[in-house]
Amino acid sequence: MTGRFVRLAETGRAPVRFELDGAPAEALAGDTLLVAVLSNARSVRSSEFGDDRRAGFCLMGACQDCWVWTAAGERLRSCTTVVEEGMQIVTTQPEGSWAKVA
Amino acid sequence: MGQSRVIVVGAGPAGVRCAEVLVAAGIKPILVDESRRDGGQIYRRQPEGFTRSYPSLYGTEAERARALHQSFESLRSRVDYRPETLAWNIYDRQLHTVSAGVTKALPFDALVVCSGATDRLMPVKGWHYAGTYSMGAAQIALKSQACAIGRQVVFAGTGPLLYLVAAQYVKAGAKVAAVLDTSSLWKRVRALPKLAARPRVLLNGVSLMRTLRGAGVKVVTGIEPVEIHGSDEDGVRGITYRSQDGATHRVECDAVALGYHVRPETQLADLARCEFRFDAETRQWLPTVDQDGRSTTPGVYLAGDGARVLGADGAEIAGKLAAWALLEDMGHPVPDAERAALRREREAMDRFRQGLVEAFPWPAEQAARLPDEAIVCRCEAITAGELRRVVNQMGACEANRAKAFSRVGMGRCQGRYCGHAGAEVVAAAAGIALEKVGRLRGQAPVKPLSMAVREEQE
Repeated sequence: MTGRFVRLAETGRAPVRFELDGAPAEALAGDTLLVAVLSNARSVRSSEFGDDRRAGFCLMGACQDCWVWTAAGERLRSCTTVVEEGMQIVTTQPEGSWAKVA
Repeated sequence: MGQSRVIVVGAGPAGVRCAEVLVAAGIKPILVDESRRDGGQIYRRQPEGFTRSYPSLYGTEAERARALHQSFESLRSRVDYRPETLAWNIYDRQLHTVSAGVTKALPFDALVVCSGATDRLMPVKGWHYAGTYSMGAAQIALKSQACAIGRQVVFAGTGPLLYLVAAQYVKAGAKVAAVLDTSSLWKRVRALPKLAARPRVLLNGVSLMRTLRGAGVKVVTGIEPVEIHGSDEDGVRGITYRSQDGATHRVECDAVALGYHVRPETQLADLARCEFRFDAETRQWLPTVDQDGRSTTPGVYLAGDGARVLGADGAEIAGKLAAWALLEDMGHPVPDAERAALRREREAMDRFRQGLVEAFPWPAEQAARLPDEAIVCRCEAITAGELRRVVNQMGACEANRAKAFSRVGMGRCQGRYCGHAGAEVVAAAAGIALEKVGRLRGQAPVKPLSMAVREEQE
């Protein structure tokens, strides 16, 4: 599956390797997690209230549409989080662990 | 006076200019900002390691952006700067902040809220599909991350950002499938006398149109969006709009940038118990401020687009005026002549602002025509039909009551993207004036917090 976002410049940055839904994926240093995921995939999560996938909306931390999770269950707002080497990101909400619930 | 506890929220154009004036008067304010870097949204800085030049990032505003960033750098050691920090509540003369999972209560003697603005949205059927973004989001993707939001992008809505962002995409080499403006050319022509209050900005706007035309981009005015087509799994595939002659047209695309100008972020003003008034011109509730930014709550000042949308240079002026108001109220001297000059400059900006409102009006009438199955609340996928049901069957004609019954406005964006349109839907369904619907009350926390946060003493 191809990504949603298209890189137009700044492509000479160092690669950052992370894991997306269990598969290896690559981003660039300085990418937000949203850009890292959407360079590899079409969406970042599913709506809890419908069947549709979501890919963020405001990119400025206001709409909360771009939540993703770490494999350990931590919730991250992907548009305001910077991708880091070795991150394990999942795009389906893991089983709730009480401490991580909003 | 050195001990006065002054907090400025926001490190955009208003916040930075405000802090600068305070520092010059010998005050060391706490400067709280949600972003990793200063600049706010419009002068948002690209991450370290990115190499694009100021002109390529900020176009005609490159020098203003550079000047603001440089001012911030020179202030940095003289303010208590707290980036990546969310101001999430105001209670009992304390500002509550959270950063890296730690929440603190910061007592203040004076607070300047420079909270900026977010996109103003009118829903369209299918806007929940992945690949629909706010206009501001399309710009942030490009400015901050050097990305386009899709391979074939349609820009739809109205407002100055519609043309600015579309032209920025063209210049950056993205494929712009169409620019669809709900406002008509005629409205823009009629607004010209007011827009002429700022000739340079007006000319910049004309030059954006030339860029789009030169690139062969299809620009259609006077349209009404009908539907964004797509699939649950793959998102946006196209958009259908109705042209002025009533015919419908479909444009294929994989992304839509949607927006109708911007709306102030007023949650903190609300939590500070500031009074609001209904602004009939823009059909929204705005906090009441005097000409320098004093709110109705003593010691609380509002500046920049978070109080009244004047754009970035208007925000720089508002930041200074608010700082002088604060200093004056604390008994400091203020430069009267300079203040008078800035107040005059802002009057011209306000005339231009009125011109923009007339040239690119909020399409309130669309709300009544939204089909019942169209989603109003993206957060929880609640339709216009459900919102109308609580009005018609349960008599919920007041904004907070309609929210309680329908949950439109109760999702995790907290009404930022559905609130204005939701109120229009309620007003149209109930057959009452928008003003009578009232406004959604601000609630703390102004953005979702994790339950794992812990409190620390300052």
